[in-house]
Amino acid sequence: MTPPAPAITVKGLTMAYGSYVLQRDLDFTINRGDIFVIMGGSGCGKSTLLRHMIGLKQPAQGTVCYGKADFWALNEDERATIIRRAGVLYQSGALWSSMTLAENVALPLQHYTELSPEVIADLVAFKLSLVGLAGFEAFYPSELSGGMRKRAALARAIALDPDFLFFDEPSAGLDPISARNLDQLILELRESLGATVVIVTHELASIYAIATNSVFLDSEAKTMLATGNPKLLLRECADPTVLNFLTRGTGQREVRTV
Amino acid sequence: MQQEPHLSPDTGAQPPVFTLMRPGPGDLTVALTGSWTLHGHPPDPTNLLAALDQTVRRLYFTSDGLTHWDTRLLIFLTAILDTAGQRQIVVDRAGLPPGVRRLLTLSEAVPEQVTYSPTGRELLATRVGRAVLALVEQGREVATFTGEILLAILALLAGKKPFKAQDFWYFIQNCGIGSLPIVSLIAALVGVILSFVGAVQLQMFGAQIYVANLVGLGMVLEMGALMSGVIIAGRIGASYAAQLGTMQVNEEIDALRTMGISPVGFLVLPRILALMLMLPLLCVYADIMGILGGSVIGVTMLDLSLVEFLEQARKSIQLSQFGQGILKASVFGVLIGFAGCLRGMQCGRSALAVGEATTSAVVTSIVLIVVSDSFITYLLYR
Ligand SMILES: Nc1ncnc2c1ncn2[C@@H]1O[C@H](COP(=O)(O)OP(=O)(O)O)[C@@H](O)[C@H]1O
Ligand SMILES: [Mg+2]
Repeated sequence: MTPPAPAITVKGLTMAYGSYVLQRDLDFTINRGDIFVIMGGSGCGKSTLLRHMIGLKQPAQGTVCYGKADFWALNEDERATIIRRAGVLYQSGALWSSMTLAENVALPLQHYTELSPEVIADLVAFKLSLVGLAGFEAFYPSELSGGMRKRAALARAIALDPDFLFFDEPSAGLDPISARNLDQLILELRESLGATVVIVTHELASIYAIATNSVFLDSEAKTMLATGNPKLLLRECADPTVLNFLTRGTGQREVRTV
Repeated sequence: MQQEPHLSPDTGAQPPVFTLMRPGPGDLTVALTGSWTLHGHPPDPTNLLAALDQTVRRLYFTSDGLTHWDTRLLIFLTAILDTAGQRQIVVDRAGLPPGVRRLLTLSEAVPEQVTYSPTGRELLATRVGRAVLALVEQGREVATFTGEILLAILALLAGKKPFKAQDFWYFIQNCGIGSLPIVSLIAALVGVILSFVGAVQLQMFGAQIYVANLVGLGMVLEMGALMSGVIIAGRIGASYAAQLGTMQVNEEIDALRTMGISPVGFLVLPRILALMLMLPLLCVYADIMGILGGSVIGVTMLDLSLVEFLEQARKSIQLSQFGQGILKASVFGVLIGFAGCLRGMQCGRSALAVGEATTSAVVTSIVLIVVSDSFITYLLYR
């Protein structure tokens, strides 16, 4: 086994909207091939943290590094090259509503590669079949169910075979079975594509099932309370807030098998 | 071995190549070498597909020389696997990298059932038929919408409160006070134009004082209402369509319906009422601004005094004519609100649809304004 290579490092990050500070002094490392979970209660700034990582919001202090490159010290073009290697699944799916699924998935391919329309059509068909939506090329997002929309958004996120995959509450609003299937799909894609995955979620089942590493944000303390493999955190973490979250308030330190 | 398929291949990457080998009778082995990524140029699979003839019973792969791969390789393989499947060739995937095998399996998992197929090209007759049906449906929607508005008005008259007062005041403020700057500018300039056009003609007869009549009557009878109507159609009608359209996209309107709140009463009625009340006021304001604008020309070009000009303008206008302009403005207000809200409520579930609703709201409003203006004028002067 090669020693883990840091893929993303968050250094002394302070996040703020104007003068309202959400979180300060965030420090953690995401290794290549990790499934990294950002945990925490609603409104503690998980989505905001994700926005800092994908270049949508500038840190108030501190920075995010990709490999050795200080993301926020780079110029715009260099940042764009990094972000191109990332696929993002937004909380609401964020499919482009006036384009068909095929057009949604094809857009990044058309934009970033020189492939011919036939090859792009093949790629799109394959991506859609990966998420179980073969044959839905000509559908518009509004003609799909919520779970299908999430999966279509996933197909778009993996359109360019990204090195980094970011998911904001991928299973929110899905039934438990669909949520589990989506988790499974994400795992499978990570295994096969070898990508580094960052997931925002508060689904404990997902966290224990798939996470290899995590960070816990707290809105009271306005900073992170723990980082590490959630199963280890469950056994070893002393912080009552984290423990309370991980045990769903029961305080029992054992992994509920799912 | 963990594949690193996504680091963009360095310039020294080997080109993607496949070679065919026939280790035994009926066996075909495809050896994949080089870097198969979206950035390379994979070879044409035609001769490989042609090689899959009746003589081949089993298909193998080797990938020892494969340096990078991504979905580009996968679509190449799917094409081969499809053909092999059709020709009943047994495929052994053991020679492919594990990640590739897993993704292929994933892509072959039972897909979601396609519930219906979106319509493709249709015959001319079918399209004409659909267009007519759409027109009928359109008419029905307009009728329903009108009915719902009337019901909401009845509810209001019966003492119920179908909408929030706060919303109503916001709309009043937005279309009233918020529109004053642009209405001032446009109305004053229209006054200047009217006055200028009249001045050139009337000066020839030495009747320049009648420029005041022209400006006064022109503004009060027509231009005040018309100009404020057109401005409000662009400024407010469009925004109503966009607001309701976005709410439609977000299913906010459905949410109101399911809670038993009439979206027409809650969203549409306050908007239409606000326009109905504010447009007449804006019209009066535009009349005044127009006459003042005209007087500037009167004073500077025609050597009239300001008092003289205004007095002449006042004398030329009868109260009924003034009322006529206000009546028109009120009708325009209702029509603009109606068109804006109707288009917003009819909006489809996409960003494009919101844009179309907005455009269509403005166009519909302006058409309705001009048509109703001619109609009212005809009725009053018959
Ligand atoms: N654009 C914004 N401007 C100001 N405050 C915001 C903005 N977006 C989010 N917030 C605030 O930041 C906090 C965290 O939001 P978010 O990161 O979305 O939380 P979550 O952890 O639930 O994803 C919330 O309290 C929210 O009110
Ligand atoms: Mg969030």
